[in-house]
Amino acid sequence: MTETSPLSAAAAPPQKSRLQIALRKPGFVIGMVIIGLSTLLAVAPGLFAPYDPNFIDYTAVRQPPSWAHPFGTDMLGRDSLSRVISAYSVNMQMAVLATVFALVIGVVVGALVGYYRGLADMIFGRIVDAIITFPFLVLVIAVVAVLGPGLVNMYIAITLVGWVYYARLMRAEVIAQMGNDYAASGVVMGYSDRRIIFRHLLPNAITPVVVYWMTDMALAILLGSSLGYLGLGAQPPQAEWGVLIAEGRNFITTAWWLSLMPGIAIVLTGLGFSLIGDGLADLLRPRG
Amino acid sequence: MDRVQYILKRLLLMIPTFLLVMVIIFVLVRLLPGDPAIAIAGDRASDADLAAIRARLGLNEPMIVQFWLFLTNTLQGDLGQSILMRAPVTEVIAKRLPVTGFLTVYAVALSLLIAGPLAFVAALNRGRWPDTVIRTVFQVGLSMPVFYIGLILLTFLAAQLRWFPVGGYGGSFIEKLYHLFLPAVAVALYTSAIIMRNLRSAIIEVLDAEYVQFARAKGLPDRLILGRHVLRNAMISTVTLLGLSIGNLMSGTLVTETVFAVPGVGRLMLEAIFARDYPLIQGLTLTFAVLVSVVFLLTDLFQSTLDPRMRLT
Repeated sequence: MTETSPLSAAAAPPQKSRLQIALRKPGFVIGMVIIGLSTLLAVAPGLFAPYDPNFIDYTAVRQPPSWAHPFGTDMLGRDSLSRVISAYSVNMQMAVLATVFALVIGVVVGALVGYYRGLADMIFGRIVDAIITFPFLVLVIAVVAVLGPGLVNMYIAITLVGWVYYARLMRAEVIAQMGNDYAASGVVMGYSDRRIIFRHLLPNAITPVVVYWMTDMALAILLGSSLGYLGLGAQPPQAEWGVLIAEGRNFITTAWWLSLMPGIAIVLTGLGFSLIGDGLADLLRPRG
Repeated sequence: MDRVQYILKRLLLMIPTFLLVMVIIFVLVRLLPGDPAIAIAGDRASDADLAAIRARLGLNEPMIVQFWLFLTNTLQGDLGQSILMRAPVTEVIAKRLPVTGFLTVYAVALSLLIAGPLAFVAALNRGRWPDTVIRTVFQVGLSMPVFYIGLILLTFLAAQLRWFPVGGYGGSFIEKLYHLFLPAVAVALYTSAIIMRNLRSAIIEVLDAEYVQFARAKGLPDRLILGRHVLRNAMISTVTLLGLSIGNLMSGTLVTETVFAVPGVGRLMLEAIFARDYPLIQGLTLTFAVLVSVVFLLTDLFQSTLDPRMRLT
């Protein structure tokens, strides 16, 4: 592909690697920096939190932002900044755990129905139609209602609904890839179906799914914190951004910072993931 | 394929889909923890009373018979009695639905008002600073959950400045516009970000298309080109996008109704879930599904009518 005749090779400037191109995109770089720092905060919140996030101080209740407490203190006198930082581990975990199982299930199911088609594909089509007929949030909170509120149940609920979107994307991509010569020659060579699907079709078909995954991680943080806010996700006293915002809700006239500060973390991480998603979409788009 | 044939096929496919939707709702509701008979009669009901209620609800029948009952009752418009509201589910939902309908239409109108002009400005200044500023702002908007936007508006415009009411729902049309302004804006900011993105690239695509280049070369004024070619195409893709994101829109409405205490079906859904009011959960979930599929159908019909490319496929 990059092999050209010696003449034109000498004239053309050296091909830049895709990574080099990506690193010139400010959006992608900013996204990587945000997510890198967020991961750091999630892994070692203790290194960055100025106070113990659970230290209660009744003498310093609902203090406005100051040098000592940049995000103020909450109704129990806990340092809000430390609570927002300690929530990073839960919320970053959400981005991964609410999406990764849906990704795996969706990729496998989508690849199989896209390859075999037939009755399984028809049934799959109805299942997709039925699930996307529900507003995402409505179905997720209905499942959470069955399982009971909590983080693990929230992950199960989001996975039960979310795999469909990955599967649909994967199926379409596998069908498109099967039009290519390499897939047909795999059949001619007598390779097993498993080998054709997982060794040949899947690596070629997975690009759009990976791009969608990044966007979905951003959505997972928004969704997870929304469920936390509604009382169906993480449960207090766990520090989670949605829960923190809900805790501050009763004090919006007197202590607005309690609700508004944790939201900054949601917006930043959401932005980080979607910037990476946009960057990857540009990067992995086949170049003509 | 012929258009009539396409529509017929589309309608026929809705039947198995809806059967499956009913199965999903049925299974979810049967799996809800707690005994529905106790939920209806209360903790102190006698065993005989509970048995009578179970018999009346058909809970002693085999699952398949129960499903058949659920299906036939639903088709006859009977969704049972709400435990929380002590009224027929259909009545409860019918009372709350107009509020959500008003809020949704309001939010869509606001999103178009916000996204439309800005998409044009961004597309016509592609790559220059107005484009960058608009796209950055909307990118941030996309990362803000609806409940957070809602709380910011609530904190500053309602609680601090007192320009708007903190919650509730007015009587007259003007009052409704005023009461629902902030909840609608909270949903609209998110929706408009999606619309703006799509509209901007749709406009750019049309501007770059050969027929528009040709119209330009012919010397047609830009105003005419924008009106005749760009607007029409941009409108088709925007309506399609709006139709397909109706589920997101409803999810947003559910959240915004909770934040602003708007008495619509979204807030009702959460109330029903916290009260374990299973007939109401069942009815509401079904209502949402019906609304979404009707909008999907209308979107399809709209698209197949207006977009000539769709007529052939």
